[in-house]
Amino acid sequence: MLETKSQLWEVFIRSRNGLAHKHVGSLHASDTTLALQAARDIYTRRGEGLSIWVVPSNDIAASDPADKDMMFEPTASKIYRHPTFYEVPDEVGHM
Amino acid sequence: MASGSIYVTETPLVSYVLRRADDALVLGHRLSEWCGRAPTMEEELALANMGLDLIGQARSLYSHAAAVEAAGHDEDAYAYRRDERGYRNLLLVEQPNGDFACTILRQFLYAAFAEPYWRAMTASCDSTLAAIAAKAEKEMAYHVRHSAEWAIRLGNGTAESRARMEAALERLWTFTGELFEADGIDEAVIVHGIGIAPHTLHHGWRETVARVFAQATLILPKDGYMRKGGRRGQHSEHLGHMLAEMQYLQRALPDATW
Repeated sequence: MLETKSQLWEVFIRSRNGLAHKHVGSLHASDTTLALQAARDIYTRRGEGLSIWVVPSNDIAASDPADKDMMFEPTASKIYRHPTFYEVPDEVGHM
Repeated sequence: MASGSIYVTETPLVSYVLRRADDALVLGHRLSEWCGRAPTMEEELALANMGLDLIGQARSLYSHAAAVEAAGHDEDAYAYRRDERGYRNLLLVEQPNGDFACTILRQFLYAAFAEPYWRAMTASCDSTLAAIAAKAEKEMAYHVRHSAEWAIRLGNGTAESRARMEAALERLWTFTGELFEADGIDEAVIVHGIGIAPHTLHHGWRETVARVFAQATLILPKDGYMRKGGRRGQHSEHLGHMLAEMQYLQRALPDATW
């Protein structure tokens, strides 16, 4: 009865001290308003958050785990892409 | 060893605070009865959260009443060792949960009153009540939001959900008049700037209810006979049963700790 209309949503919360929204879990709700309310009720009980994003799970496109080697192995051996060989002068400070 | 019922020395301020504390405790307890029984996981959390908000308000208010009464009572004594006739809550909040529609409607009707009530009380001359009000206002704002959204979806939902909302409305509307009643106790605290006149909230409440009912495609009932008596300890048949369950442990094993 409720299941026919209810969708799965992924929940992302940005904490008080954080800069980025982090994935915290999922929930079922029939529309955006109820999804935001449910996220507030379930995932911010301990003062975790300042901002909530909810996204229908179907709208998330994910990489295929089977393609892991093709997608991510090649970069492991390309250390010249990391900016670790420059010496930052003291006057510049933190970068 | 403490046992038996307590009786409260009810000065106007003690009465006034106990009324609000009892509203919060009884409604909070009713919501706790949904634990493990809610229709969905999300509502399980939501109803429990709202119940905890209310019980938190009750605790603060009972502690304040205890300090004002200064008769050696504490929050547990008020909650667990007063008889039904000593309880001062509104009849609306003691009504049984019924189905989800009834619980949601009861929450909405109460919260739509409590939010503006606590907002006005942030200006109370009693600084403890003003501090409690500042917190309670935000909590009740969420209760209004949550219950209104559900009321809209249930009212303007399936034939079954609308029928259940209409049945709930038929049962509960007669208890809404009491929200705006005032008596000598209210007048005594209003004069000192501690309380506010509830009738001043009536118009705003009706507007909020009308607006939500319009979206829920529910018809605002005509005001008929309004039941009252809760403020004087004259309760409906339901409170006694609820307190019997709620108080059983404390009365059977007084001063139990764990």
